[in-house]
Amino acid sequence: MSLFPYLVAAWIALVGLYGLVTSRHLVHQILCLVVLQSSTYVLLLAVGFKTGGIAPYFSDVSGRPVTVDPVVQALVLTDIVVEVAVTSLLLGLAVRAHRRFGSVDPEELRQLRG
Amino acid sequence: MRAPGTLDPLLPLVVVVPLLVAALLAALSALISQHRRVLDLVAIATSVAVSAMLVVLMARTAGGVAVYWFAGLHPRHGAAIGIDFAAGSLSCGLAALTAVLVTASMVFSWRYFETASTWFHSLMLVFLAGMVGFCLTGDIFDLFVWFEVMGVAAYALTAFRVEEKGPLQGAYNFAITNSVGAYLSLLGIGLIYARTGALNMAQIGRALGHGRPGSLVVVAFVLVLVGLITKGAIVPFHFWLADAHAVAPTPVCVLFSGVMVELGLYGVARVYWSVFGAGLGHRSAITAAFLALGILTALVGAFFSYRQRHLKRMLAFSTISHAGLFLVGFALLTPLGLAGAAAYVIGHGLVKAALFLCVGAVLHRLGSVDESRLHGRGRALKTTGVVFTLAALGLADLPPFATYLGAGWVGDSASSHGAPYVTAVVMISSILVGGAVLRVAGGVFYGLGDPPREDPRLRQGATEERSETSGDEAKVPLTMTLPPLVLVAAAAAIGLLPHLGSVLQHAALQVEDEAGYVKTVLGGAAVHHLSALSPKEPTAVRAIDLESGFGTAAGALLLALGGLYYRRLPGLKRLRPARVVADTFDRLQSGVVNDYLTWLVFGVACIGGALAFSLR
Amino acid sequence: MRPERRLLFFVAAAAGFAAFLVWGLTGLPAFGHYRGPYGYLIDRLTVHYTHATGLVSAVNFFFRGFDTVGEEFILFVAATGLATVMRGLREEENEVSGGEAVSAGVSVPRTSDGVRTLALLLTGPTLLIGWWLTTHAQTDPSGGFQGGAVMATAVVLIYLAGEYLKLRRADPIVVTDSVEAVGAAGFAIVGLFGLVAGGTYLAEVLPLGKHIGAVNAGGTIPLISLCVGVEVMAAFLLVVSEFLGQTLVLKGALDS
Repeated sequence: MSLFPYLVAAWIALVGLYGLVTSRHLVHQILCLVVLQSSTYVLLLAVGFKTGGIAPYFSDVSGRPVTVDPVVQALVLTDIVVEVAVTSLLLGLAVRAHRRFGSVDPEELRQLRG
Repeated sequence: MRAPGTLDPLLPLVVVVPLLVAALLAALSALISQHRRVLDLVAIATSVAVSAMLVVLMARTAGGVAVYWFAGLHPRHGAAIGIDFAAGSLSCGLAALTAVLVTASMVFSWRYFETASTWFHSLMLVFLAGMVGFCLTGDIFDLFVWFEVMGVAAYALTAFRVEEKGPLQGAYNFAITNSVGAYLSLLGIGLIYARTGALNMAQIGRALGHGRPGSLVVVAFVLVLVGLITKGAIVPFHFWLADAHAVAPTPVCVLFSGVMVELGLYGVARVYWSVFGAGLGHRSAITAAFLALGILTALVGAFFSYRQRHLKRMLAFSTISHAGLFLVGFALLTPLGLAGAAAYVIGHGLVKAALFLCVGAVLHRLGSVDESRLHGRGRALKTTGVVFTLAALGLADLPPFATYLGAGWVGDSASSHGAPYVTAVVMISSILVGGAVLRVAGGVFYGLGDPPREDPRLRQGATEERSETSGDEAKVPLTMTLPPLVLVAAAAAIGLLPHLGSVLQHAALQVEDEAGYVKTVLGGAAVHHLSALSPKEPTAVRAIDLESGFGTAAGALLLALGGLYYRRLPGLKRLRPARVVADTFDRLQSGVVNDYLTWLVFGVACIGGALAFSLR
Repeated sequence: MRPERRLLFFVAAAAGFAAFLVWGLTGLPAFGHYRGPYGYLIDRLTVHYTHATGLVSAVNFFFRGFDTVGEEFILFVAATGLATVMRGLREEENEVSGGEAVSAGVSVPRTSDGVRTLALLLTGPTLLIGWWLTTHAQTDPSGGFQGGAVMATAVVLIYLAGEYLKLRRADPIVVTDSVEAVGAAGFAIVGLFGLVAGGTYLAEVLPLGKHIGAVNAGGTIPLISLCVGVEVMAAFLLVVSEFLGQTLVLKGALDS
């Protein structure tokens, strides 16, 4: 049980990779990349969890409440912004590729070879 | 030297200034996007200023690593609470090379192509800031952030000529492959954070300590490595590079080949020495693994390079080959090996940038990058032809270009550490790459030999290159002939510097001094006496270095002549078996990103498996 | 590679990769047993350094503020890059519409009155929530990223109500472009104040506020959060309007 959340992260990473490798549609492939990235959120949040910890903000500073690790949550926030940036750029490329190649199959994007 | 405890304000400025100028240009786009010259001037002035600041920093950090704690958040009881820049002279030098090449390509693009709005200039400046931040940071998550800044800017720049098919495919493959690598790296960062509760590289390094590495450390190391060697184009993670380099605008190719790939490999060295080195132990196993990867990459890249007819693709594969050689230099884990790699990176960066710029001039004037179509048509481009030939000889390690020193030192250090075959690998791959580029020089600019057969793969592609520049201009303007000339001259001048060897070896020792790095960053002590693991090795230029340099260049010349005249030699006319093997290899570079990712997973599994068994 | 062969190759490679990954995961501390020290230090030092009580914002905007500077520019570059990638299409769009008012050549999909009313009703509250989130980074689990995204949603609701073309006619892209650039630069400029007044880049230069956890506490954190909110909102709007423009062009092309 103590390993379970980490295994979930690994599973998401593998599923994302599987989707990336087998995908036949650019938008689907880009979303598989998002799935792969989700594994990093799960892993980061999991490693920062403390049993019994509260959400990382203080409503009362007099006591010394134990919070879960705020650092990993900040990292995940950064990570999400990276995802938004990369995804939007890739989707833009997919739109253009659809116009230019007349296809959304990565197998058909074959201008460059050898 | 600055007094200990004070922070050098230049360190944040080298990143923040280009970022702010980029934002300023975008904010004023409505006003200035019609004034192309103003845009060019502002952007060039910015990158010149950044280069100057970095050169000053390089001199200041020669005595020891300079640390900068953002917001003044110094570590508490040996634990970092903020982000730091930890700059040694090697990282500052690499960042300076970056800024110089950005300047050169901005000057080149002055007359070269139409840019839309302020976007090109903004993207270039953020790209510069990302690369400099990546070089200087001392925090592993911050490394990921700047890696992504540089990545996203690079994807957008690759796709700059969106009207064509090639750039779309190249940028897409580039972005997908590198993002997958980056996210796997982030998984590795998560693992290492779970173990050590730290993101500062020095602190992680200290927390991992010495002794037997656990499974987590090995896996985290391999995962972090994936993103970096994908950027560094190491086989089998390299497929994206040829696609992206072949289609990006030429001024951008200069940066991709000249520094971006090298930064990936610098990241490997940085992460190894500051974070994982002591914790992993077993240096001979590490050396063996990286040597194997480097040698494979050098040979595969050189082989593909020689087979290309598309000039930009040829140069792209030659970059892969050189990336392999840089990795070999690092793999030795000696100061001389790393110094050799550094000299090689400088020499190669300058020479390769010059070659790309010359190709740009050819494209501008003759409207093609296809070797078979261009045969003999470059005679009118006199200056460009001379510069291209000189740069090609530099690529083939001809003294006094700095490349020959790099090749020599890597070979010397390998021989004295039980790997004498490295010299042979370096020579073979340099001869293949140099031979390919010299073949182009002879054929295109001097009309020697027979025109090569048309490459069926280029038939549709060649017509498409024209949108990059207006093409067929009456003459090549000075802004396009001067930058490559200056770069080639610089490559030769640096090779002649009298104390280059000892300076670079000192810089390499700074990087490899794990204990000293921890003390400087976390203890606030400036370390002047380097406690090195390996003793210094002699760096005097030896006769054998000169001989192998001249030998490689001569070999490359012979190979080039063979390539130009082989149809007149009866014995070589039909080499059927070679053709079959080559076609099989060509099919691997399929252009489909799904294949590239399969290879990536395969590569991780192989490296992971090898290190799992050898490090425990 | 043929797809079947690639799948076979992938499965073999991924099996090795999975085994390797799981082998590494077994070295992790048991779930729920975070060891620190970074998180514990932040717990202990946040109030002392910033008078703020939202720890995640304190990390993002103060302790690890430099990451966020980089992150802002990732968004900036993505929006710029997307504009670069889509640029030719925008001209095609103008050709479709004859260069005049954009709506002329494009038939707008009909929006039902129910959707229109609901979207317009939600716009005000959404904007308010976004603003509240943006300005309460120092006290609550909120901040400019979340707030900016919610504020952008408010504008997207207007688009949804079918007013997109009206907004588009005012050419918001040029304006949004500038706003976005200013937002991205904002944080970096606040950092420069730190360099000039406090001696270090990103150093705290504003008073922390008397009361811990008050809205005016946190020094520069609220200011930075605001810059980030503006940047995120503008970047999201740029991205959304690029793609929305595409949809309309395609629809127009289909209709004609």
